[in-house]
Amino acid sequence: MRLLVSIGRAFLELIAAIGRIAIFAGQTLGHIVRGPFYLRELAISFLNIGWLSLPVVGLTSLFTGAALALQIYAGSARFSAEAVVPQIVAIGMVRELGPVLVGLMIAARVTSSIAAEIATMKVTEQIDALVTLSTHPMKYLTVPRVLAATIVVPLLVAVGDIIGIFGGYAVATGTLGFNPAAYIRNTLDFLELKDVVSSLVKGAMFGFIAALMGCYYGMNSGRGAQGVGSATKGSVEAAAVLILGANFVLTGVFFSL
Amino acid sequence: MIELIGVTKSFGNNHVLRGVDLTVDRGTSLVIIGGSGTGKSITIKSVLGLVTPDAGKITVDGQDVTQTDRDAFLARFGMLFQGAALFDSLPVWQNVAFRLLRGSLKRPKDEARQIAIEKLRRVGLTPDVADRLPAELSGGMQKRVGLARAIAADPEIIFFDEPTTGLDPIMAGVINDLIREIVVEMGATAITITHDMTSVRAIADNVAMLHDGVIQWAGPVGDIDTSGDPFLDQFIHGRAIGPIEAVR
Repeated sequence: MRLLVSIGRAFLELIAAIGRIAIFAGQTLGHIVRGPFYLRELAISFLNIGWLSLPVVGLTSLFTGAALALQIYAGSARFSAEAVVPQIVAIGMVRELGPVLVGLMIAARVTSSIAAEIATMKVTEQIDALVTLSTHPMKYLTVPRVLAATIVVPLLVAVGDIIGIFGGYAVATGTLGFNPAAYIRNTLDFLELKDVVSSLVKGAMFGFIAALMGCYYGMNSGRGAQGVGSATKGSVEAAAVLILGANFVLTGVFFSL
Repeated sequence: MIELIGVTKSFGNNHVLRGVDLTVDRGTSLVIIGGSGTGKSITIKSVLGLVTPDAGKITVDGQDVTQTDRDAFLARFGMLFQGAALFDSLPVWQNVAFRLLRGSLKRPKDEARQIAIEKLRRVGLTPDVADRLPAELSGGMQKRVGLARAIAADPEIIFFDEPTTGLDPIMAGVINDLIREIVVEMGATAITITHDMTSVRAIADNVAMLHDGVIQWAGPVGDIDTSGDPFLDQFIHGRAIGPIEAVR
């Protein structure tokens, strides 16, 4: 009986949390379309989320594309189908690995940073100070970050896709004996517009989720250092799970329905 | 005039305010005293709308604070937070001029900077502090920057939340004198929260003691030594023995 009560309580808490996050997302979207807009904060968010994430996104994609080429070559060699390496690397990077890896990297780098920053602001009464200075915290803190992430993460995904494909190309032509021109031609011929569009849409959705979770957990953090730590940890966990869940749904929408 | 009538606020089973009645006349300086956790900060945060009371009514110049235009209402206030609450990512002058750089009180950037430097000078800080980040300042300097920010837009009403906590006695004296000068000079209405009796005597026109969720005693600062109220006597003399339990 006690077990059932615990399960029921956990389920209700989960539903309540989903409701709170949905309300927060709705409020954020509402503030995105209504001024005032803080362009300086938006520009800083573009810089922090986009430009400063390029190194980690680039390196992650490069190594993943290279490893993918090696794996596909080793697997396809079992049934003499090594020629499919360019196509599978391209489709694997653009449809799945590019957006998911960039999304998870953004969750690790950006979501945690946003949550820790806003939670610290809350603990040190900076958010109360914003209110007393006639500045709406959601407009000043949440909107610039969520808007910037939603716009800039698709661009990061595009960069990640290209670098990942290049990683596969470098390994395939450098060590596996592929012809460079044929590799590029096969890659370009195989990719469809839908693949690229799905990649960018996933990027936008993952960026939205990553920034939203950082802001939500930051704004709702507990007190003290422990509160900041819990908010940071919770934001990354929630962002990662939601990104993977959203990826499954979007893959279904684009390629199965 | 600020008026609180029967204001209550609970957090779960913790009934912090149990019916606070308080009046602050225009142009006067009220100091709220009371033990830790008695709801002093919650009281002023309720006036500002940072905390929503469970019951009761709060008016400023006769107008219910929940029925006003928020921007216009908040533009009348300045607040110095306990830890100064400066924005880490902004240089000092932008912290001071925050309200002057955006919203309804927006000024040209150069003018806002000049006002910030003038306010910094008013609180005893030199213009070279203006371009530093808050983290580069000492605790006392941060408090003074917070004070400069609170008065930057010449508010009619200023709240000071434990303005001298954590400062050495000399710096506390400097801050007390500044608060008194600013309140007199600007003709502002002020509410200050403090545990420091030296601050009370330096800053207050009137004193209110909050205990057990209600105003235990209120009156002119000159009467606190002869009030005859055992709660107030115990508090102002810092006695462990008395009607206020030392272990709460």
